[in-house]
Amino acid sequence: MSRYPFNISTFRGGIHPENDGKKLSKDVSIRTAPLFEYYNIALQQNIGAAPKWVVNVGDTVKKGQKIAEADGFVSAPLHAPTSGVVEKIEKCPGGMGICVETLVLKSDMLDEACEFYPRIDWKECAVEDLKQRIADCGIVGMGGAAFPTSVKLSVPPDKKITDLIINGAECEPYLTADHRLMLECPEKVLIGASIMGRILGIENVHIGVEMNKVDAIETLIEHNKPYNIDIIGLDVRYPQGAEKQIIYAVTKRKVPAGGLPMDAGAVVQNVATAVAIAEAVIEGKPLFERITTVTGEAVKTPGNWRLRIGTPLVKVLELAEGIVEEPAKIILGGPMMGFAQKSLNGSIQKNSGGLVLLPPSKVTQYSSSPCIRCGRCLNACPMNINPSYLGTVIENEKFDLAMNNNVMDCIECGACAYICPAHRPLVQHIRRAKAEIRSRMASQKQSVNKK
Amino acid sequence: MSEEIKEKSGIRMPSCDKLIVSSSPHIQSRSSVAGIMFKVIIALVPAMAASVYFFGFAALKLLVLTAFFCVAAEALWCMIAGKSVKTAIFDGSAVVSGLILAMNFSPATPWYVCLIGAFLAIWLGKQVFGGIGYNPFNPAIVARVALLIALPGLMTIWVPTTKMVETAQHGISQNEAYSRTFFSAADWRKLQDSVGKNASVDVVTCATPLSMVSEIPKNTDIGAKNVFSHIDNRTAWKNYFLGNVSGSLGETSTLAIIVGCFLLIIWKLINWRVPVFFVGTVFVFTGMINFFYPGITPSPVFHVLTGGLMLGAVFMATDMVTSPVTNRGSALFGVGCGLITSVIRIWGNYPEGVSFAILFMNALVPFIDKMFIRLPFGTPKKQGAGK
Amino acid sequence: MNGFMVEYSSVVFAALAMGSIGLVLGILIAVAAKIFKVESDSRAELVLELLPGANCGGCGKAGCADFAKAVASGELSPGQCPVSSRETVNAIAQALGIENNVSFRKCAVVLCGGDKNQTRNPILYNGVNDCRSASLISGGPKGCAYGCLGLGSCARTCPFGAIEIVNGLAVVHGELCVGCGKCVMACPRKLIKLVNADAQVHIYCSNPEKAPLKRQYCNVPCIGCRKCEKAFPDKFKVEGFRGTVDYDAPQLPTAEEAASVKCPAHCLLTAAEHLAVEHNDPDHENTKEIQ
Repeated sequence: MSRYPFNISTFRGGIHPENDGKKLSKDVSIRTAPLFEYYNIALQQNIGAAPKWVVNVGDTVKKGQKIAEADGFVSAPLHAPTSGVVEKIEKCPGGMGICVETLVLKSDMLDEACEFYPRIDWKECAVEDLKQRIADCGIVGMGGAAFPTSVKLSVPPDKKITDLIINGAECEPYLTADHRLMLECPEKVLIGASIMGRILGIENVHIGVEMNKVDAIETLIEHNKPYNIDIIGLDVRYPQGAEKQIIYAVTKRKVPAGGLPMDAGAVVQNVATAVAIAEAVIEGKPLFERITTVTGEAVKTPGNWRLRIGTPLVKVLELAEGIVEEPAKIILGGPMMGFAQKSLNGSIQKNSGGLVLLPPSKVTQYSSSPCIRCGRCLNACPMNINPSYLGTVIENEKFDLAMNNNVMDCIECGACAYICPAHRPLVQHIRRAKAEIRSRMASQKQSVNKK
Repeated sequence: MSEEIKEKSGIRMPSCDKLIVSSSPHIQSRSSVAGIMFKVIIALVPAMAASVYFFGFAALKLLVLTAFFCVAAEALWCMIAGKSVKTAIFDGSAVVSGLILAMNFSPATPWYVCLIGAFLAIWLGKQVFGGIGYNPFNPAIVARVALLIALPGLMTIWVPTTKMVETAQHGISQNEAYSRTFFSAADWRKLQDSVGKNASVDVVTCATPLSMVSEIPKNTDIGAKNVFSHIDNRTAWKNYFLGNVSGSLGETSTLAIIVGCFLLIIWKLINWRVPVFFVGTVFVFTGMINFFYPGITPSPVFHVLTGGLMLGAVFMATDMVTSPVTNRGSALFGVGCGLITSVIRIWGNYPEGVSFAILFMNALVPFIDKMFIRLPFGTPKKQGAGK
Repeated sequence: MNGFMVEYSSVVFAALAMGSIGLVLGILIAVAAKIFKVESDSRAELVLELLPGANCGGCGKAGCADFAKAVASGELSPGQCPVSSRETVNAIAQALGIENNVSFRKCAVVLCGGDKNQTRNPILYNGVNDCRSASLISGGPKGCAYGCLGLGSCARTCPFGAIEIVNGLAVVHGELCVGCGKCVMACPRKLIKLVNADAQVHIYCSNPEKAPLKRQYCNVPCIGCRKCEKAFPDKFKVEGFRGTVDYDAPQLPTAEEAASVKCPAHCLLTAAEHLAVEHNDPDHENTKEIQ
């Protein structure tokens, strides 16, 4: 039932980055990184509760062995990326400057694998087994949010899901990991999508891919025969891959303001997550490696790498043969939503889709020059709120005004700050207001509880 | 730690000692305020070229002088207020204000009026409110209206275009000249005299189409005889459209301004709704009045082609800072400007109402923006109506 | 032609008309004031008159009028106004004829000593000039994830101008601080504490990390050496790598006692020293702009 020539859908608003930087790495096929001596595995790699270590310092672990188990429902276990000895478990400064609980694994360079989980026939087995496997393998949303996938696939009985959308938009500039993944492992993407469709018990499984990846769409369609998945082309526009936007683009249904995707009867999963699920089910392999794009104008040889979770960023950069220019920003994730690093102390996590090193000429220099009311942010805002007005009122600390003007609906995509000709830090203002309003609400609640 | 990394031979690693940290997004579009202002100046080029073509060196002198005075006024204010002079000047907004203000001047305007106008525009129109982005009114319009009220004599000396003078030199009759080029009998004689003596024609004045309209005695009967036919005919329209008409620099060539308008719309610097609804409203409203009372106002085509309507609708009403940000708001703003312009032109004391209309609507912009509060994506329609 | 002629009748008429309109409206207002009179508590008004009227909200009420109402109704005690001096509180209590349970005056203290000279800050922060905004990003612009961000959110919130940012560090001018506690809310790192205003000695560090880690980015961290605790076990407490002054202790440490400890990390200081050290800084003038 594939639509070919496929439909091209989009949403309202958004921006077209002038320089999406994808040409740096989109034609470089995925390479597997060699073994390194040390792996630094951060404990908290998912939204929700951090897992608990189940190994101690001095223990010998094998590749794929569980080293931390889920602590609660919204949590995900961790698995050893290679065989070796646990050298220490302590708080180390991460790339963000905050000390995070980290396990340092000294590799024995043998890369011995433990016995993975048994393979499952995904077409026949019970749905609960599939869900359990996804939870056991520590799979989280690999597009960036790192929300445990098993939780996302457990829909409360009062919500009716009709559509599953596999997000292959990869609207973030510079990143090409998902693109390469769809080109090189189309089978796994489609199997993963079908598995999730089976878990949710629905027929309508869509894969949305931006039109700058036509080759990926064609490859997927080529392999689509047995899976019968709807493959849709999406307009090249940021933030096409944001949950609410891709749901609208694909199904034309709107997620209610303040609601969750399941309120619109849809579940969105990233293609990398789909691949991880396929590997977990048909190979029994837990999540301990992922595809990451190492790119940016400052990097000598940009490329896409299969990296183990916990690979230090320094080693990742060495794989890319270092830099050609001193970077002004080191970003873990994409340049629109990723996190600027303070140093290369960090390591690859389950949701690290890219390591982007940008030279000074490419990075934003925010200034506090006044708004000239050009209205570009209003046209760019995919949530149809008024960033220009919000930025001005928040600058003057009128948080209740911001609240009344729907500041809490912002998805923080950053399209407004990208497009602003006055280089105002609009989304930063909005983030501040959201944090401020949340902290005020919390303290209000506290004082109410006290009474 | 960084030294240890650098020891690895052959691979250059970052030193990480001057990293910038900010929250996402980390990249940014290339547009800037200065870039926008530069593009506006480019869009003004056709109109400026037309004014220089029709009025000669005097027009060029005015444009350069006023822009220079505006930049000087801006720099002076920033120096006094202790702001950064460099950023204020290089954002280009003073140049744009200056050029647009110059487009509002008659070619015969003396230099000191430019100077006063520049200070009125930048100081009174912009900086007293806090500078770029904070001004509720378009600076050029503030200056124009203030000058028009304070120095009406100096602001309404209209001179013939160079083309008109050439026509006079080729010796056409007074009546023909009058109907086409708006000289009064005395001015016409003066012009012929100076042409005959090969003397300077600078002193000769003539009327603009709109000032002629205000001088023609009106006939308020329904279906009265058209009393404007000598200035409201196809030949006249052609002259108005191309720019062979006396008036301020920007009132001459409608064609040149339309070219600039297209540039602005293509570059997405203005909301097309503002000029379209502005001009459209004037056309429809004056058309209706003209249909029923041809004795009090000329045809809608005359209204659209003459005066500062096109200049105002394209370059002044659309000023980003002082126009609404929403699409529906822009349309309403345009309609409001159009209505007030038509009313002033037909029944008002002043021959021209564009600047008053824009000034008035500028004051309403905050309310217009409030009227059209956007509902976030996903808000149910019913709930929105309740709000 | 007859412009100079004045018609006296019209002048008289205008004056009469205006006068009668004024009379009618005045009567209307007087009647409305009688009918819609808002009953106000005379006791609350009395309290309000005596209060300092800063409307700081430090008491937790919306403003001084609200607080006065609460005091008059017995919900709060006059001593709960953080701004009022002892005399004011006594006067209010006297006026209301109630028992005066004066709580001690409070003063804010910023528990961080890391100004720009004392901390290493290898990165440039580019964003909104606000502490909460900065703290959202990568743990903020300073090397220390627990230290003062120095962007002055507290200083801007303070209604009394008692907090100053000097060389990237917030310092409290004790004589101006009334202890309203607004800054406590403003600080995203929770560095500001309201303590007994008599406390002159503080341990200026809030970082619980291990000492070697702190040393990497700060010259004046509490290294957890316990020297102070050993000297005055009832006045200082050290938990992990972070010492605190026991503000609830019956006797607060004095400046002489603090000096006798000879804190090796220079983070046990008197409030005056905390202020003075920063002011000596040569970079002072440049950083004033941040405010």
